[in-house]
Formats: sequence, C-alpha cells, structure tokens
Amino acid sequence: MYSAIVFLPLLGALTAGLLGPWIGDRAARWATTGALLLAAVLAVIACVQVVLSGPPRDIEVMRWIVSGNFEVSWALRFDTLSAVMAAMVTVVSSMIHIYSFGYMAHDKSIPRFFAYLSLFTFFMLMLVTSNNFVQMFFGWEGVGLSSYLLIGFWYDRPAANAAAIKAFLVNRVGDFGFALAIFGIFMAFNAVGFDTVFQAVPAMADKRFVFLGMDLPLITTICLLLFIGAMGKSAQLGLHTWLPDAMEGPTPVSALIHAATMVTAGVFMVVRLSPIFEYSEFALAVVAIVGASTALFAASIALVQNDIKRVIAYSTISQLGYMFFAIGVSAYSAAMFHLITHAFFKALLFLGAGAVIHAMADEQDMRKMGGIARKIPVTYALMWIGSLALAGLPPLAGFYSKDLIIESAFAAGSGVGYYAFTMGVIAAAFTAFYSWRLLMMTFHGAPRAGQEVMSQVHESPKTMTLPMMVLAVGAIVSGVALAGLFTGGDQGQFWGTSIFVAQSHTAQADSHNVALWVKVLPIVVALGGIMVAWVFYIRNPGLPGVLAARFAWLYSFLLNKWYFDELYDRIFVNPAKRLGRSLWLGGDGSLIDGVGPDGIAAATMALARRAARLQSGYIYHYAFAMLVGVAVLVTLFMFEGGAP
Amino acid sequence: MSGWPILSLTIFVPLVGAGFIFLIRGEDAVVARNARNVALWTSLITLLLALMVWASFDPTTAAFQLEERASWIPAFNINYHLGVDGISVFFVLLSAFLTPLCVLASWTTITVRVKEYMIAFLVLETLMIGMFTALDLVLFYLFFEGVLIPMFLIIGIWGGPRRVYSAFKFFLYTLTGSVLMLIAILAIYHTAGTTDIPVLMKTVFSREMQLWLWLAFFSSFAVKVPMWPLHTWLPDAHVEAPTAGSVILAGVLLKMGGYGFLRFSLPMMPLASDFFTPLIFTLSLIAVIYTSLVALAQEDMKKLIAYSSVAHMGFVTIGIFTFNVQGIEGAIFQMLSHGVVSAALFLCVGVVYDRMHSRMIGSYGGLVHRMPAYAAVFMVFTLASIGLPGTSGFIGEILVLVGIFQVSTWVAAGAALGVILSAAYMLWLYRRVIFGALTKDDLKSILDLDRREIAIFAPLVIAVLWMGIYPSSFLDAITVSAQNLADNYAAALKAAGLAPPQVLVTGVSP
Repeated sequence: MYSAIVFLPLLGALTAGLLGPWIGDRAARWATTGALLLAAVLAVIACVQVVLSGPPRDIEVMRWIVSGNFEVSWALRFDTLSAVMAAMVTVVSSMIHIYSFGYMAHDKSIPRFFAYLSLFTFFMLMLVTSNNFVQMFFGWEGVGLSSYLLIGFWYDRPAANAAAIKAFLVNRVGDFGFALAIFGIFMAFNAVGFDTVFQAVPAMADKRFVFLGMDLPLITTICLLLFIGAMGKSAQLGLHTWLPDAMEGPTPVSALIHAATMVTAGVFMVVRLSPIFEYSEFALAVVAIVGASTALFAASIALVQNDIKRVIAYSTISQLGYMFFAIGVSAYSAAMFHLITHAFFKALLFLGAGAVIHAMADEQDMRKMGGIARKIPVTYALMWIGSLALAGLPPLAGFYSKDLIIESAFAAGSGVGYYAFTMGVIAAAFTAFYSWRLLMMTFHGAPRAGQEVMSQVHESPKTMTLPMMVLAVGAIVSGVALAGLFTGGDQGQFWGTSIFVAQSHTAQADSHNVALWVKVLPIVVALGGIMVAWVFYIRNPGLPGVLAARFAWLYSFLLNKWYFDELYDRIFVNPAKRLGRSLWLGGDGSLIDGVGPDGIAAATMALARRAARLQSGYIYHYAFAMLVGVAVLVTLFMFEGGAP
Repeated sequence: MSGWPILSLTIFVPLVGAGFIFLIRGEDAVVARNARNVALWTSLITLLLALMVWASFDPTTAAFQLEERASWIPAFNINYHLGVDGISVFFVLLSAFLTPLCVLASWTTITVRVKEYMIAFLVLETLMIGMFTALDLVLFYLFFEGVLIPMFLIIGIWGGPRRVYSAFKFFLYTLTGSVLMLIAILAIYHTAGTTDIPVLMKTVFSREMQLWLWLAFFSSFAVKVPMWPLHTWLPDAHVEAPTAGSVILAGVLLKMGGYGFLRFSLPMMPLASDFFTPLIFTLSLIAVIYTSLVALAQEDMKKLIAYSSVAHMGFVTIGIFTFNVQGIEGAIFQMLSHGVVSAALFLCVGVVYDRMHSRMIGSYGGLVHRMPAYAAVFMVFTLASIGLPGTSGFIGEILVLVGIFQVSTWVAAGAALGVILSAAYMLWLYRRVIFGALTKDDLKSILDLDRREIAIFAPLVIAVLWMGIYPSSFLDAITVSAQNLADNYAAALKAAGLAPPQVLVTGVSP
C-alpha cells in the first residue's frame, strides 16, 4: 500500500504521457486523476495508520548507488511527518487534477498537462518519503523539473519559456548549496542515510572542518548550505525571483506547485532535518532572520502589484517566510501546521483566481476587473473564505497556525525572536491589506472591463467549483481540527521521532503563556489592514493614486520588486554571457588557436596542401603510412633493446 | 565460455565484416545497399559478443579476465596480450553499442563512397575495442594510434565544408601528443624490459623517471580528453564531422584519454600523479567553467555540444585524480554516461541537420509543434546532460563530486558551479530549438522521427534511464577494480614515504 501511494501517480503520468496520443484526452485525464484519487485515499489511510500505531515504516525498493562507503537505496519512509505531507500532497493534487478538467478543457495538449501534473506529484512524494539525502535530492530536482515543464507548458509564449528557465536556474543555485551539504555530510559522517547521520550528529556537534580555506564549525556550515537549498526551493529572500515569474504557467499549476506543495519542500526539508539544525544555534538564527525578513519583504511587494496571480505569489513567499521563522525559533510543529493550513487556503485562493481569470476571458490585471461579485457569487464567496483564512482571522485555519508562529517568536525571548515577531506582525497587517485590496479590486466597485468581456462573465463549471469547495472546507476546519494534534499537549506523541527539538528550545511551549496583547495584536492589525483596504478601494478610491504620486520613489521601488531582477541581470546574467563570448572569441579563437594550431598550420601550409590530396581516399596511402609507422617503431626497438 | 577467445572475436569480427564489404562488387546502388547491410549485421554480432563479454565478466575480482596471450614479437618479448577488468569492460560494450547506431544513423545520409565509409567504421570499431582490451603497451599503442586514421578519413572525406582544416587540426594535435608517448613507451621498455601492462603495473619506476613518463603520457591523453587548453580541435572536428563521426568521436574517442590515465598514469606513475594533481585540478576546473561559459555563447548546435563535452570531461579528470573510490568510479561512470548522452545529443542534431541542412540554432525554433516525439527524446538527453537525478549523468557527477569534496572543497565548489552553468546552456539551447512559436516557413513541413530514427534513439533512452535508476548493474562490476586502483595508489605513496591521500574524517578536527 505504501509503495502504491508513491508509484500510482507515476503510473498515471506514464500512461497519459506515453499513450496520450493513442488513448485520447478523456482516458488520459481519467487515468491520471483516477490513480491520484486512489493514492489520496490510500495516503489518508496510511496517515491514520502511522499516527495511530507506533514505529515509522521503512520500505526498501531497491539499491541505487553503491560506491565504497557511499551507499544509497531507493526507499520509502512513512513516519508522521512524511505521512502528513503525503496525505496533503495527494489530496490537494487530486483536487487540482479535477479542477483542471474544467480549467484546461479547451487546451490542445491535455494528456501532456495531466502527465506533468502526476509526474510532479510522484517526485514530490519521493521527496517527502525519502529516508536519505540523495533520494531527497532526486525528488528535489524532480519537482524542479516538473515545475520547469509546467511553467513552460504554453511553450509558444516567450515569457513562459523565460520564466521556466529562470525557475530552473535559480533553483539550481539553491541546489548547489544542497549538493555541497550532501558531500559535506558524507565526508563527516561517512553515510547519507537520515538515521545514521541523525544518530551521529550529537557527537559531531563541536567539530570543525576546513571549507573553502576557512576553518568552520561543521554542523553550522552544513546547515547553512542545506538552508541555501531550502531558500531556493521555497523562494526566500534573494532566491525568490523565480516564483512570481512562475505565474506564467497555467493557474492549476500555480496552485499545486507554487503555493501548496513544491515551494513548501524547503520548509519540509528543514523540519525533516531538525535533528541536525537543532545543534546549530547560529544556523537557526539565520533561518529565523531570513524567514522574518522575507515575510515582510514579500508582503510589501504584494501591496502594490496589479496582476492577481502575482499578488498571491508574493503572498506565498511571505507565508513561507513565516514558516521559516517558526523553524528558526524551533517551533517546527507550528511551521508544519502552517504549511498544511496554508496549502488549503492558498490553493483555494489560486484556484479562485483561476476561476476569475477564466470568467474574465483570461484577464489577469486587476485594474481591468471590478464589479463581478454578483456575477460569480460562488467564486466570490470562496475567495472570501480563502482571504479570511490567509489574514488569520478566527475561527479560520490561518488564525490558529499563524498566531501560534507569531506567539512562538515572541516567546523565544531572544533578539532574533523579537525581530521575527515584529516583522511577523507588520507583515500580518500587510497581508490583510493586500488580500482585501485584491478582493475589492477584483469583485467590487465599478466594472473596468469592456462591455464584451463583462457580458461573458460566468460562473465556473462544477468540476472547478467542487474542488474549490473541498479546499474551502479544509481552509475553514483544518485549523480547529488539527491544532490539538499538531501543536497541542500531546504533540510529542503525535510527531514521534520525526521531529526533534532540543531540551533548551521551549519557545513553542512557552507561546501559550505570552501576554494577552501579544495574542490579540495580530488580529487587531489584520482588522486594521482590512479597514485601510476598505477606505482605499471602496470609500475613497482616489486615495491610492494620490499616495502613489506622493511617494513615487517608494511606490516604484515596491512595484519593481525592490529591483532584484535588474540587479541580478546586471551582476550575474549579463556578465556571464559577455564572459562566455569573450572567452570563446578571445581565448579559444585568438589566443589558443592563434598561437597553437593555426600558427603552426600556417607555417606548414605547403605540407597541408600537399597532404590534402589524400582526400582522394586511396586506402593504400594510409596503409602505407601505417606500415611506415610500424617500421619506425620496430627499428627503434632494435636500437634500444638490441637483438637478444 | 573460457574455451574460445571471445575478446579476439569481438575485436576482429568487425574487421572480417570490413573485409566482406571490401569484396563487394557491382553497381553503385547495389554495393551501397549490401555494404550497409553487412556493416549493420557485423556490428550487431559484435554487440552480441560484447554483451557476452559482460555476461562472463566476474565482478568480484580486480584481476584481468578473459585473458588471451600469444607470442607476437618474441625477440623483444612483445606479446599479443588481451584482457579486461572493471575499468575497461564497459568501454568495450560502449564501443560495440554505439557502432550499430552509427551505421543506422548513416543509412540514408551517406550517399557517396558508402562502401569505404562502412569499412572505415568497422575498422574503427576493431581499433577501439582492441585499444580497450590490449594488455601490451606496443599493441595498445598500435590500436591507440590506429584509431586516428579512420577517424581522420571520416572527417576528411565525408565531413562538411571546412573538413580539411578540421581533419588536419585533429590529426596534428593528436599526433603531436602521440610522438611523446611513443618515446615514453620506448623508455619504459628500456627500463623494465617488458611491455606487458600487468607486469608494468607492479614495476616501480624511480620518481624522476615517473615524472618524465607522466608528462609524456599526459601530452597524449590530455589532447584526447581533451583538457583545456588543448581542446580547440574538438569543436572544429565535431562541426565538420558527419553525424556518426561526431557520435564516435564524443562517445568513445574522448574516453581514450581518461582510460589512459586510469590504465597507465595512476598505476605506473603514482608518485608523478600525486605530484601533478594540482595541475590536473586547475586545468579541469578551468575546463568546466571556461567551456561552460563559452558554450553559453554558441550559435552552432554542434559546437555547443562539443564545448559541453569538454566541460563534462573536466569532471572525469577531476574524478580520476581524487584517487578515492567514489572519484574514480564516478569518473568511469561519467565517461560511460557521457558516451551515451553526448552521442545521443549529436544524433539529435543529426536528425534536424538531415532535414534542414543547418546546424545553426537560429535556423530552428518551435520544432515541438511538428516533432513532438523528437522534442521528448531531445528533452531526455538534455536532462541527462544537465545531470538530473534519475538519468545517467547524475550518477557520474555526484560520485565525482563526493570524491573530490573529500580532497578539496575548492575544486568541489568550482565543479558544482559548472553544474549550474550546464543547466543554463542546455536549457537555453533546448528552448531556442524546440520551444517557441513555429514561425519559419521552411520548418512548417518538417517531419517527426521515422522508424529508423526511433530504432536509434530507443536503446539510447533506455540506456540513459537504466544507468540513472539502477546503476548498480554497472557499478558492481566497476567498484572492485576502482577500489583496487585506489588501494594500490595509496600503498605506492606510502611505500615512497608520502602522505596517503587525504580521506574522510581527517578533514574534521575536534
């Protein structure tokens, strides 16, 4: 059964991908979706089983790489952590498969789309169920590949192609860190299996090693390298530039990969590796600072974006930042809690945005929307649910998980904790503001679309609204339902050995005892954010324009996303291209060839011209040359060795 | 199976086939058809024999197996001595695997001098397999140099417009290195009194002599690999060579250098290898980064893949000179993987070249609209070239990197940087050729892969995935020999009073 959860999606993907042209769109859709629904059911059962009864299950599939001490197997591990992830991934993924029935109905390559979706799910499951670093890396790169393929799904569009390559390359930068970490782990521990490494970590906690000429603490260095990988995949500050561009892909993809599952892989990774991270205070502090800064930074950009999907994309980056700073204060289960609730409400928001885009004839610019609340009431209501959950208002899911994270940060009591707390609270206000800005610009006010578009606005088909409703249920109840299990008093029993927290790290336990104002503050600022959005976009719609003009530098700074893309183009992309060109023409062309072969060739031109006559292809010429060579050889031997 | 000389059969069956083709007479069209058929069947039989070599190979020992020995020039103690070990066995298989694909790939595209073309390829196969199985220095040298001749002809006669320049550049480069190697071989014979490779592996040369011998061999192997800055012959040779020529050149000929390092430099000149390791690392690292950047700037598909070959072979030389199991095994695996992947990539270029007669990236775009099967196949090999886990490229790269990280984190970090760049140039290539709108008029009627082409690519796709998902089939046979090589090397260094290569935990200080 456990193997089936992982391999059913692969089976579906292969069926649709390889047989697609022969079995047709319908069969391809059903093969993938059917396999995934089955996997989802099994995953939920497995999750319950694992949680109810004791030890993690390890299933070895077969050997993979064995070279000296370097031994890796294909293996599946089901403990609470991976079972929860597997259940979430398969459930969300199957909902999005169904949604795609309607959303992609008019696309011309349906089997390919569904094959990619299922393939992605397979890689994601391989990632979460891995019991060693190398297979995790396999899943890691595999989801990167599927993401690349799906972002570039509409390959006619230059922007989609560019975004796909950018996503792959920025992720590769992160993978660079991840890979180096794996090599370092093997060097230090002589193993790459989680169990072996985790057991050996305490003994290695104080060791140092020389890395790039620097004498560094071993565990901290490895953790930071791993975190670079996590930053790439989870689009944290500095390596975030690919995610907003990834919105060029079809919207179901944005919901599945770029909101609910793949981008949370970085968070999952650090949680999974908590037995290592717990031994490096410094690495944890870095995680917290990067996470908190990202939470605020991305939320600030989301304030002014006009593309409905980009707003949600920056919101995702911001929410991932929350998860990371939770990890930074050792509140792993809070991070996982937020990861799960976020998967529901963010997937819901994306699918809702997709429904809006669908209804508005593929328009994504919110400045050309407005006044469609009454025309698509179901979508409208669902978007409200998603936004309420995102803003963290009780009793929806986001309230439980986000509040817990903010309180834990405060309870950590350290400078880093207070920094994270401050950033988290400000970002919460921003979150509420941009969420309601999105709602109001999209649904309320006077219609800003053309007559033709407005007359066509329609509610989405059942295949689209139904999955959204399922996700909406999750967005409403997952907070209440899971709070006790994930983060309650018995959470130690629930997570078992899959999460490790050092004795001295008590931030999350202490979070229940923080002052009342700390608990209430996030809700107050969220309500404040909503109020401001209401004033700006309903009460006094002229105000945003005035402010934008007044603070033009700030506005364009945010609108241009802090100029990260421009910066990277200038310091990495363009120099690399120029360098490549000059090395080729200057290095290879002028220097090496000019001095070397061409110089010699020029000197021996006459010879070459004569030899070129060999082109006639007479075999005996060459046979003759070869014989001469043998003769010379034998002669030389005679001189050297003398006849015996 | 020990009764009959299977290695000799594998070597000489292609030569016999070539003899048959030589005897074919008659009308041009008939001759061409018969020559193709004979070549294909001969190469398939050879492949079968090579598979039998693999099947009868015992992976539990590092000793040479399936040995054959006959007196050849008794006056000088030179023998016809063959055998395979874990280092060479898969190169035999690789050569035998690629040759039938080359014959198939040339089925319709070669229309002039078909007979001579097929003879050249079969002779080439004999020489390649002979080179990888020879256990006598003189025999090895003959095969090693002999390979040059058919390759020179293939580029020079059936190549593109600048074939003469390219063929000579190729010839000059490789020959210069060989002359020095020949002198080194003479010196070895003079000192040790034998040219038998297994005996020489146990012979200890003085340090002084090792250094000179090493440099002489290096001059030949470094050109073949090719290592920076001796690589400029490669892009030119590839660009002008016919598709099948590029396949063999990238698939097998480049491996002769890496094989040479493993067979001669490490076991026979361990002290010199130790001494020159920094040089190798420097040149390899430059190769990885420099040629990756250069590949980014290419407008010619074949040139781009040629430069990527130089970068990938940089990993190989890094791996060999880590002197540990992972590095050496990774290097061997990387060579095998590159043999399959680069061969496949050149075949991919060949497919569109046959249709449009252009290698320029700018001539294409949006091919996926007309050629979905081709796009899928090309994607598989692009990903393998990038080293995506699950493909053969990943296994070689990660083992090399694991190996080098234990020796030098600087080199490891630099090489890992090359992995990022490889993704950049390959995806950029793929995007410009395959994706985008189909706007060019002459592409609007281009046809997808036909049955012959599918027959060429199917085995390659299977090989890439097999090697990526279950590499143990291959690693199991390699590992003992790699371990043995690393152990002998460490022992030799220790005997000379040098520090053994840095391993594992020593890098971690309390």
